[in-house]
Parts: sequence; C-alpha cells; structure tokens
Amino acid sequence: MEAVHEHGHDHHPSGIMRWITTTNHKDIGTLYLWFSLIMFFFAGSLAMGIRAELFQPGLQFFQPAFFNQLTTMHGLIMVFGAIMPAFVGFANWQIPLMIGAPDMALPRMNNWSFWLLPVAAILLVVSFFVPGGAAAGGWTMYPPLFIQGGISGDMTILAVHILGISSIMGSINIITTVMNMRAPGMTMMKMPLFVWTWFITAYLLIAVMPVLAGAVTMLLTDRHFDTHFFNAAGGGDPVMFQHIFWFFGHPEVYIMILPAFGIVSTVIPAFARKPLFGYASMVYATASIAILSMIVWAHHMFSVGMPAAAQLFFMYATMLIAVPTGVKVFNWLATMWQGSMTFETPMLFSIGFVALFTLGGFTGVVLAMVPVDIQLQDTYYVVAHFHYVLVSGSLFAIFAGAYYWLPKWTGHMYNETLGKWHFWLSVIGFNITFFPQHFLGLAGMPRRIPDYALQFADFNMISSIGGFMFGATQLIFLFVVIKCIRGGAKAGNKPWEGADTLEWTLPSPAPYHTFATPPVIK
Amino acid sequence: MMSNLIKKIGGGLALAMFSMLAHAEYAINFPTPATEIARQIYSLHTITMWIIVGIALVVYGAMFYSILKHRKSVGHKAANFHHNTMVEVIWTTIPFLILIGMAYPATKTVIAMKDTSASDITVKVTGYQWKWEYDYQQDGFKFMSSLSTPRDQLDSKAPKGEHYLLEVDNPMVVPVGKKIRVLITANDVIHAWWVPELGLKQDAIPGFIRDDWFKIDKPGTYRGQCAELCGKDHGYMPIVVEAMEQADYDKWVAEQKAKAASSSQDAGKVYELAELKSMGEKVYVANCAGCHQAKGEGMAPVFPALDGSKIVNGPKQAQFAIVMDGKEGTAMPAFGKQLSDTDIAAVITFTRNAWGNKTGEVIQSSEIKALRK
Repeated sequence: MEAVHEHGHDHHPSGIMRWITTTNHKDIGTLYLWFSLIMFFFAGSLAMGIRAELFQPGLQFFQPAFFNQLTTMHGLIMVFGAIMPAFVGFANWQIPLMIGAPDMALPRMNNWSFWLLPVAAILLVVSFFVPGGAAAGGWTMYPPLFIQGGISGDMTILAVHILGISSIMGSINIITTVMNMRAPGMTMMKMPLFVWTWFITAYLLIAVMPVLAGAVTMLLTDRHFDTHFFNAAGGGDPVMFQHIFWFFGHPEVYIMILPAFGIVSTVIPAFARKPLFGYASMVYATASIAILSMIVWAHHMFSVGMPAAAQLFFMYATMLIAVPTGVKVFNWLATMWQGSMTFETPMLFSIGFVALFTLGGFTGVVLAMVPVDIQLQDTYYVVAHFHYVLVSGSLFAIFAGAYYWLPKWTGHMYNETLGKWHFWLSVIGFNITFFPQHFLGLAGMPRRIPDYALQFADFNMISSIGGFMFGATQLIFLFVVIKCIRGGAKAGNKPWEGADTLEWTLPSPAPYHTFATPPVIK
Repeated sequence: MMSNLIKKIGGGLALAMFSMLAHAEYAINFPTPATEIARQIYSLHTITMWIIVGIALVVYGAMFYSILKHRKSVGHKAANFHHNTMVEVIWTTIPFLILIGMAYPATKTVIAMKDTSASDITVKVTGYQWKWEYDYQQDGFKFMSSLSTPRDQLDSKAPKGEHYLLEVDNPMVVPVGKKIRVLITANDVIHAWWVPELGLKQDAIPGFIRDDWFKIDKPGTYRGQCAELCGKDHGYMPIVVEAMEQADYDKWVAEQKAKAASSSQDAGKVYELAELKSMGEKVYVANCAGCHQAKGEGMAPVFPALDGSKIVNGPKQAQFAIVMDGKEGTAMPAFGKQLSDTDIAAVITFTRNAWGNKTGEVIQSSEIKALRK
C-alpha cells in the first residue's frame, strides 16, 4: 500500500460515495468549507429578513414572533454553522500541509466529525417548519424564556449537542496531529502561526464545549422533567444558566477569532515580503488571550446585578485582554512596516481585518467599563461591536484565507478583478450597515426588537441599505469560487512571491496524497 | 448588471441621506443625562472616546503611511527585521498604563451605583410578559403600566405619534431631588428595566429581587424600554417615568390612594352579565389579546384559541385554575397575582360569553375571592 501511495495514485470511490466515505484531509476540508458556505448564505438570508423588517418603523413583513426566530437562528447558524466549520475546513486542508504530515492523525474520526454537521443543520433548518416555528429565545437560549418554546427548542438543543460533539472530535484530531505528525525538524516554535492558533483554539474547544453541552442538557431536563435547575420556584437560579453559558460563550468568541489571527499572520508577511514581526510574542499573546478568555465571562452579564466586587474583577480582567490583543495589532503593523507590499485580494481582506477588527477592539474596551456597559448592554452598540469582530474580523479572515489558498486547492488563479470588487463592496457595505448601529445603541435602541421608536428611523434605514449591499456582494464570492474551480490561469507551485510555508513546495492543485515522505525542515 | 446594482444602491443612499436631513434627528451620543450617575457615565464614555481617538490616530496613521510608502509599486525594498524586544516591551506597557488610568474613574462610579442606602422612597418594579407593575409599598397602592400606542399605528394603518412605542397608560411617578430605590424583579421570564437618561439598567429576574437607585434633577418625562429579550412582545413594553415637584407628587399619591380605596369598596359588588362583559372586554384587550388575539382566535399552536375552546366552554373551575395560576412551560402567566378579583371575574365572564362562546354564565368577584383562600 505504502508504495502505491508514494506513486501518488488516487484510491477512492467515485461520485457521492467518495465524499461520504472519504478519510482524506483535503476532501474533508473541502466538505467543511462548502458546508459553511451554504450555511453562510442561509443564515445571511435570515439577516436580510431582519434588515428588511427594520428598514422602516412599523410592522411590514413579519410578526414579532417570527422576527425573534430570525434573530435567534441567524445567530446560532452563523456561529455554529458558518464561522466555526469554515475554520475547521481551513484546519483540515492546511494543518497537514503546513507541518509536512501526510494526513490528519485520526482520519476516520475526521469523516465522522464532518458528517455530524449536516444532521445538525437539518435539525436547525427544519425547525422553522415545526408547529410554533423555530427557537425564538435568542441564540443565547436564556431560560426561563427558552423553556417556553415549542418542540423546536428540543431540536435546537439536540443540534447544539451534535455540533459540540463534532467540534470536540475535530479538536482532538487537530491536537493529536500537531503533537505527533510534524515533519522531523518542525519544532513547535517553527510551526506556522496558523497552526499555533488552531492548536490553542482546539484546547479551548475541548475545555468549553462540554460546558455548553451541560448547560443545554439542564435546559432540556428543565423543559421536560421538572428539574428546576434554572427555575427559582424550584430552588434554581435563572442567572446560573447565564454564568454557565458565558463560561462557554466567551472562550467561544476567541475560538472564532484565534484561527483568524492565524490566517492574517500568514497572509500579511507573504504580501509584505517580510517575515512576521514578533513570532514568539504572537504565540505568547495567543496563549494569554486564550487563558484570559476563561476568566472574563461575566462581562456579558453586567446588568444582572452582581456585587460590586464581581463587577470590578470582570471589568479589570476584560480590560487586560486589550493588552495581548494590542500586541497582535502592533505586530501586524510592524510586519507591514518597511515591507514591499502588494495588494492582491487576500492582502486587502487582511488589511481590512486589521483596521476593522481594531475598531471592534476599541468598542470592546468601551464595553468593558461597567458603568458604560450598563447603558450599552443589550443595545445596538453591542450588535455593532460583535459584528465588527465577527464579520470584519472572523469572516474577512476567512475570505483572506480562501483567496490565498484557492490556487493551491484548485490549481487555478481566481479572478483578481472580481476579488477586488468583492473586497471593496464588502468593506463599504459592511460599514454602512454596522457603523450607524453604534449611534443607535448610544441613543438607546435595544437589540432584538422588531419595531422601534421614530428617532431611530434614519440610521436603521441606512443600516438596512448597507445590509442589502453587503448581502448581495457575497454572491460575487460564490461566483469567483465556482469560476476558479472550473478553470482559470494555471497556478504554479508558489503563486505568491513572499509565501514561505510548506504547502507552496507542492504542486498546485495539491495532489490527493502529499508528504508520504516527510519533507526536510532546515 | 453590476452598474445597475450600484446605481440602485447609490439612489437608495441618496434617499436615506435626504431623509436624514429632513428629520434632522440623528442622535449619535447618549441622551442628555438626568441623574448624577448618568452624568458620570456620559463623561466616562467621552474620556474613553478621546483616548480611543488618540490611539486610533497613531495606529491608523502608521498603517496608512506604511500602505502608501512601503509598497512594491513605488519600488520599496523589504527590510528583514522580525523582532525588537525594546519596542515590544514599550507597546505592552503603555496600553497597560492607559487601561489603569481608565479603570480608576470607572471603579468610583461602579461603587456609587451600588450604594442604595439612605433612600427616600422605595418602589417595587415587576416585569410581566409584556408590561410593568409599579408597587408603592409604603403608600399601599400598585398599578400596571402597559404600552398605549394603538395597534393601528404598529400596522401602519394610522400615522405614528410622536412617542410611538415609548408611551404607556400609567407612568411611574416620582418626586425630583429624592433618592428613589427600585426593587426590581419579574414574574415570568427575565426582563430588564432601563431608562437611558437615568443611567440605570437592571435585569428583572423571576424569583430574585435586585435593588438599584436614581435621583432625578429636573421635572420631566423620561422614557425607556425593556432591554432583555422576553418573548414576542419584547419590543412593546416601554417604561415611562414622570418626575415632578414634591407637592405635585404628594397630590398624585393622594389620588392613587383614593383610587385604591374605591376599588376595594367595589370589591364585593354584584354585577349583571352585560356590565361584567363590557368591563371584561377592557381587561381582555389590555391583558389577553396580545396572545389570544382580539377575536379569541389565538395563534396556533403556541397561543390556543379561546373562541370555541373546551376549557372556556367547559366547567368554570378549570378556567379559574388556569387564569389564576397560569400554565407552567408556556407564556400563560398567573393572573391571580396581577389582577383584582373583579377584573378576573369580568374577563372570565367576557370570554365565556363572547364570540361563539355562549355559556350564559356570570362569574362574580366573590367566587374569585373564595379561590384565594
């Protein structure tokens, strides 16, 4: 068998069975990426519904009950269905290629962790059509409100369980691969930063996904078996759910941003033609952020009325996170400084990431201050803040990574002109959508409302126009990807002049089996 | 096609800009503070924003300088440095010091916000799906406060009023210059009591009481909304606080006490079917129609229809139980805690004799009173 692999023959069934039975990290990476793209468009269309309803004051398209389903499912599906699987897709494709391994350490488990996802996705999508409609208690699933919902609540809980199991298996696979399958000479401190950030993210996932599973299980038993974990009448505490949820939820936001840091730290040096500034401090900053992320959870719940000592502790800890995050931004700037930059689409999205993620970081510091947060909690300011870190943060990094590696994955160059259109329309549409939301929040507009007072009308209309523009722009990306798969200029082994990681030593497209013989690392 | 799209978006933008000028109401900051705490929050935010503007100028300045000058197209050659311990220590330390500078005033405000001691008046505020109850326990009266914007305005069948969605039937009333302590809780799910101009937001948690305080400087009307997602009508439970001079407040308290006394006098009164039906209809519109709908048709399957319902047309004891104690696991609250005996008797009488329901039964408040023992 080994000999056959060495000669690069592809041994796999064809057609649909290839994808169902595959244990190949590249196939599984591709599956993850397509899955997340489909979910991205589905959850994105829910957001279009939200912005359509909020275009003008009054109820135009949807009744309030359905509006709540839209916001809830938009959040849940974007987080668990679009952003997280996209990063796992990158991990599957790139980690073995970047550390010189022939595949992931546990290929059969890899297949299983992907194929759980469509099951969960079907549960979530179908829940729109069951009696009572989809879950409408917010993606945070706070009881007692979430307990009131119909059967879709149980479907959502089951979906979250399945997604959690998938994430845990994926993480075990990544950690095992990084620990055991690095090519000889690839020491930990020589690993590309993308591998490092995923390695740390995988630990975070293993630490917090079981906590979420516990929280939703308690919800389930509260719903059906009268356990009263979160019901004060039975001796429980509804706020306890929030503590458990955010003990998962805050590390979760870093789960969605650390791999993005990794992609941007790979792309910027390549297009600045200059090594990454402060590699070691980047690794330490990533680890510090991961550790700090586990002691700041209660800043999501300053308005529940904690004692002053608890509020102050969580305020100081949250402000502290700004320090390693600042180090990262400064390192990216220092990498660009005195470089010889070119601005292909991956670089544009990476620079967009640095500029706009930093803005989201600034508003994060504003929100860390307890008194100011008391005013802004549950307003559109918070909505603006987390979309700056999740859309212009995580999503832009995903686009940067996709454009950067598409030539390696498909063997063709993508259309640069269309890529640039995609970038500029996204940046403009994104800012028109979310920048005015800061003002809405400051002026006092609560989030998750289907209708609003008249003084909020102007900025909401602007925001909706930006939203439609941003949404429509994403179809360009779909077009570029399909076009790139079907043909285009041939990509050489290394289409990017400044790229220096191992995948660029391989032919494009990367052969089905790679690094059967480990590469030599100097 | 692309240019067409851009034209459309451009047109929309121009329209939005125009409407912005026409309204000339685009608040970009906190509303004018009405309390000392809100003022402190306002200035904390202002200071933080200026610090951010300073840092942003440095960061974006360096970034755009680099983008302009250090590009291949202008022939810039890449340097090869990749670390500098001194610089890294500096840009770790400076942000740390700035943050300490920001944390100090924030800490002082946090401690001031928590000090609910030595209050003049205590009011208990309870969140219900989807209205607020204000209980002036010292003076022995309480009342419900719900949205007063007419349904037609929501559905855009009538022009929207000035305080669209921010107006209530019975506002909370407080005197100016007095420290008001609010005890905040909820009856069903978590709500949040929030009035931006008072600098106060506190989650209302069922089964727990949290306290908070405010002291308003000037008479006026201050408007806020529920800030925690609490179900389908989360957007429709505003908060209105009227602050008045002590003398006017005393007058208001006297009126409220008189009202409470007269309603307790009426408590034992026996009514005719027609009277009860018309009283019950009002109670129904204010408390029940949000879910069970105006004609009792409900919204299947979450909110059951009352028109033709087995419970409403069956033995009355079953309906008493569900109205008084609610139904666990659903949005049906225990109205026994919210409404008077007369109101409950009236609304049950109404539902048993409205639409297609024709039981002909009359429920008197004494029957409800008996249930409470």
